[in-house]
Amino acid sequence: MASNSSGSDSSDRQRIAQQRLSVIAGHLQRPVEGNSGILAAECKAQGDKLDVSSERRTVPRRRQEIMKWNGWGYSDSKFLYNKKGQAEFTGKRYRLSGMIIPGLREWMESTFSANLQHKTPAAPILNSSAVQPPTLNEAFLKELKSTGIPFSHDAEDRVFRSHGHCLHEIFALREGKIGRVPDLVVWPNCHNDVVKIVELACKHNVCLIPYGGGTSVSSALECPPEETRSIVSLDTSQMNRILWIDEKNLTAHVEAGIVGQDLERLLNESGYCTGHEPDSMEFSSLGGWVATRASGMKKNIYGNIEDLVVHIKMVTPRGVIEKSCQGPRMSTGPDVHHFIMGSEGTLGVVTEVTMKIRPMPEYQKYGSVVFPNFEMGVACLREVARQRCAPASIRLMDNEQFKFGHALKPQVSSIFTSFLDGLKKFYITKFKGFDPNRLCVATLLFEGDREKVLQHEKQVYDIAAKFGGLAAGEDNGQRGYMLTFVIAYLRDLGMDYYVIGESFETSMPWDRVLDICRNVKARIVRECKDKGVQFPPLSTCRVTQTYDAGACVYFYFAFNYRGLSDPVHVYEQVEHAAREEILANGGSLSHHHGVGKLRKEWMRESISSVGMGMLKSVKDYVDPNNIFGNRNLL
Amino acid sequence: MYSSPPPTPFFNIADITLWTLDPMLKKRDDFEDMLEERRNSSDLRYALKCYTPVLYKGLTPCKVSELKQMVLQSDQLGYVITQVSKEKGVTSDEVTGEAAAILEEMAQRLQLSTVRFFAFTLSKVFKTLFRSICINEEGLQRLQQAIHNHPVVLLPSHRSYMDFLLMSYILYTYDLALPVIAAGMDFMGMKVVGEMLRMSGAFFIRRSFGGDKLYWAVFSEYVKIMLKNGYAPVEFFLEGTRSRTAKSLTPKLGLLNIVMDPFLKGEVFDISLVPVSISYERTLEEALYARELLGVPKPKESTSGLFKARKILSEDYGSIHVYFGQPVSVRSLAESRVNRSQFNLIPRHIPTRPSEEILSFVNDSAYRLVRAQEENMVLKPWVLLAFVLLQKQAAEEKQGTALDELTEQAVWLRDLSRQYGAFLHWPDHIPPSEVVSSSLSLHRGLVRISEGRAVVILSCASYRNQALNVFIRPALLASAIHTAASNRKQEIYNSFSFLRNMFSNEFILCPGATVQDFEEACYLLVKTGTLQINQQEVLITERGHRTLAFLTSVLDPFLQGYQVVCRFLCEQDGLTEKQFIPAVRKFIIKHLLTGRLRYTEVLSSDLQKNALAALIRLGAVQKIKGNNYCFNVFPSEARNRGL
Repeated sequence: MASNSSGSDSSDRQRIAQQRLSVIAGHLQRPVEGNSGILAAECKAQGDKLDVSSERRTVPRRRQEIMKWNGWGYSDSKFLYNKKGQAEFTGKRYRLSGMIIPGLREWMESTFSANLQHKTPAAPILNSSAVQPPTLNEAFLKELKSTGIPFSHDAEDRVFRSHGHCLHEIFALREGKIGRVPDLVVWPNCHNDVVKIVELACKHNVCLIPYGGGTSVSSALECPPEETRSIVSLDTSQMNRILWIDEKNLTAHVEAGIVGQDLERLLNESGYCTGHEPDSMEFSSLGGWVATRASGMKKNIYGNIEDLVVHIKMVTPRGVIEKSCQGPRMSTGPDVHHFIMGSEGTLGVVTEVTMKIRPMPEYQKYGSVVFPNFEMGVACLREVARQRCAPASIRLMDNEQFKFGHALKPQVSSIFTSFLDGLKKFYITKFKGFDPNRLCVATLLFEGDREKVLQHEKQVYDIAAKFGGLAAGEDNGQRGYMLTFVIAYLRDLGMDYYVIGESFETSMPWDRVLDICRNVKARIVRECKDKGVQFPPLSTCRVTQTYDAGACVYFYFAFNYRGLSDPVHVYEQVEHAAREEILANGGSLSHHHGVGKLRKEWMRESISSVGMGMLKSVKDYVDPNNIFGNRNLL
Repeated sequence: MYSSPPPTPFFNIADITLWTLDPMLKKRDDFEDMLEERRNSSDLRYALKCYTPVLYKGLTPCKVSELKQMVLQSDQLGYVITQVSKEKGVTSDEVTGEAAAILEEMAQRLQLSTVRFFAFTLSKVFKTLFRSICINEEGLQRLQQAIHNHPVVLLPSHRSYMDFLLMSYILYTYDLALPVIAAGMDFMGMKVVGEMLRMSGAFFIRRSFGGDKLYWAVFSEYVKIMLKNGYAPVEFFLEGTRSRTAKSLTPKLGLLNIVMDPFLKGEVFDISLVPVSISYERTLEEALYARELLGVPKPKESTSGLFKARKILSEDYGSIHVYFGQPVSVRSLAESRVNRSQFNLIPRHIPTRPSEEILSFVNDSAYRLVRAQEENMVLKPWVLLAFVLLQKQAAEEKQGTALDELTEQAVWLRDLSRQYGAFLHWPDHIPPSEVVSSSLSLHRGLVRISEGRAVVILSCASYRNQALNVFIRPALLASAIHTAASNRKQEIYNSFSFLRNMFSNEFILCPGATVQDFEEACYLLVKTGTLQINQQEVLITERGHRTLAFLTSVLDPFLQGYQVVCRFLCEQDGLTEKQFIPAVRKFIIKHLLTGRLRYTEVLSSDLQKNALAALIRLGAVQKIKGNNYCFNVFPSEARNRGL
């Protein structure tokens, strides 16, 4: 990903290495896990064939060393208003880092009627006394100790693994409210460690909740409050090696705990990539992708997770499930991989995955197209899909998002650039007659041979022209994709100033795209009004993926909650209504976020009672004692 | 169905949210006379005024010709065209041509110049005919807001040909978007006028096109496209045709189904349905309707006929009240009633028969809307006088009525109807006797009732009918108490339920709402001190007898009418549909002359048809389809059911 992590210049590397050192130092000081190092090393030795040194892994066991406990992402990266009242993005990790964003304040003030005077600061530190003491299963613990697998019942460690990134989860943390959290965290180092843990869990009737990158937005990681057994969070983050690369078949065998950015970076070093880039790829893990049926931005070239996976190894209470060969396609009854993909941690832990890899693309080019209105934009995307010539990524933002993207433009350094921007704006609005309150923009990413990319680009721009689209430059395109990674940070800024919000996604047939976008946005506005929200909400959407038979749409929704006594409840009611609207209009329950506990009330309606029975019977066979008791999905 | 017991315990007055039932608490807007300004300023300047209505926010403006293109190119029509061309073995071009011709015949050609012409002439005409045209301006403000936010459907009541011209006239005057109006094909017969109406926004639909797929597709797509794009408010009459009896007619569902479809299929966020109640102090067609009901055929609409009707211009028709009701959101109607995801699995352009669920939803909505129209109908004192006079006439008090007595009874009825929530326009600042005499003078053509001429009686009845909806539920209850063998609540409910079911072709009684209606009636009669109801029994209070007597006699003409129709049918061994009306009329006249029947109004063909339809519905009469349509009567059955 050219826009962020791959910009890891030498200073970055140095810093990460330093961090790692301090992490290791931290471990050495912790007597609880004193004996863990030795046995873990044994484990590592098995997979030593290709393993690249672990110094450069992003996610340490103690996530708190680099990540926020009550917000998105790295501790060093956040939006804030500086002393001059200008928005600024801190840190050094992203292209936007260290930059002033002059338009953001005005956009926030006008969109949400937010005010810098009205702050809602988060609780500064995690108060360990607010965390319930762990319910430990002593027998389990005793045997676990003897295996030498590292574990912890430190309050911070447990709180970190008790949530994903739903609004209500983060909001509660910011207020210092902590509900049921896992009683213990274990860090297996390899497949065999997982086998041992699952065996012990079965033996001692302990509830296991697998934890990958912690980026869930479906309440999937929440501990069921009704669970009385000891809950053990199985953190796969230390199972993060590429075990082998097979260049003949273009596959790689990878441990499932690896996070997206590490996977891509390590493969890039060998000249390969998977091309799987979900927006959360900095933090989300391979196992998590498999367990939720993830989708990547560049699926048009590389496919979604189900297209990328060749072989899966999963540890279940019944034993290990895997196929006997790596044939590219099989007719051996229903594909058992499809019981695993989307199982959301209810059946077992995915430990190792063989994935397709591709040589790194020779050439990448961003692009963007401005359309006079959203309808034309959608018509263009539909035509691109019909001709099956979608670039690696094509996304269409609606007018509100276009304006939002504009507000996030960093301060330009030269007068010339700002003059050029002014000229562009003049050309589009005055000369071409686009209504600035209706126009919308598509961002594009092309990948492949230089020659072919240019050819492809022309084809797409020609189609766009038929729908009134005007090419609007590489810059706008690139900024659009960069924003994907920082947008999650922005929610934390909003929450500092009474603004809460979230995104949710769906998929639908082509003929319903416009109807769903309109109706869901309108429903959000109406529900906010009905529920007493004092200010008009931001209700916007974008088409993020195209398929032969339909599209994936993201909705973004946020509002200023001043004057509401229970903003999160209001938020949840509105999101609930929006989902009902989606379903009533023929949209799906989820395109790739999954069901978790947040959307499970609609499962029966979505897949029929018989479908539920099928899934239920698989669960009953694989995990009769509900060891994997996160209660997602069913 | 009628004998099924109500859910237990079927009413507990204290539990019912009283304010929803209590008609006294209904809030209604004030009226303004729109003719007043017309009388004080230039009509010409008014007709040429700057007209810039608020439009739908999502509107993409388009021309009439573009609209037709959109219909012809729609997926919906395309699908049907292919289907029809395959079935008939003709090329799809031919079918498309046919569709284009249908559309040509149907389409409106709204033109501001024509509207201005109408604005000018109608100003002149209205000022001569009417004393005032009163509008609730707040309703218009709500309408304006509704037009801005969502596609709007206007649903006026239909009592006169005037209705839709009047509607457009009002909307033009108040700078609101002009509607496109679904009109019956019969207007097209009037050559010049038909085209004029077209240019003022009317589009014409055939009265019947049952099996014609292509026609249906063109028509429904045309309406939907105008609605969805917010091209203009769509206006049609829920009752389908003018009510000759001034009672609301059972709503027709076809068009309502079409206009709700875009919402149900997610093509628009919401649709606002705006019931409009138009009440005439005197309808232009007064005598015409009565003759029609007595079997004098309706004159064909023709331009020359219109000119002959000029003499109407010299008469005084009092005032008109137009009440724009609260917009009803289809979305909120459908909420937790309709599962919209039922449309997810079939492409939306393929025509499908609406499911039972949808049909019953549309039906219930239609009844609700008609009731909303009824509730906001303004009643004039004359309507109450018609009750009194007709009841006296039937009681054969031939020597006329003293004004004092009439006034006393009218005032009593005024108070009663107000308690029942009638929207009564009784000038309280004028002594009642003057109110009565001025009403009488406006309707002097009808007052000399003692002559007992059928036309006059039917005209009179049609005025009385305007307020029937106010009394219908209490009247059903009163009659039920009257006929029930005991004062046990359950027994009275059963008899209420039977009567209600019997008369559901006659009055607006929403199917399936028996319990609610019973509760409503009980509530009103208890509240006004007519009844006392305890756990088991219904008791009549001392002062309740007068009210009950009045209410029973409200329903009496209808009861007797249905009885006489039954008696007639029992004496037949089958007859064709065509023969029915003349034969039953003869039979009734015989009974009237011999004095066995008191109510002349039973001669109304409307009542006779309704009675027959009810008997067929209840299975007492069977319709046999054969070479000649015969009715097979099961007399025993009819008798069993208390007739």
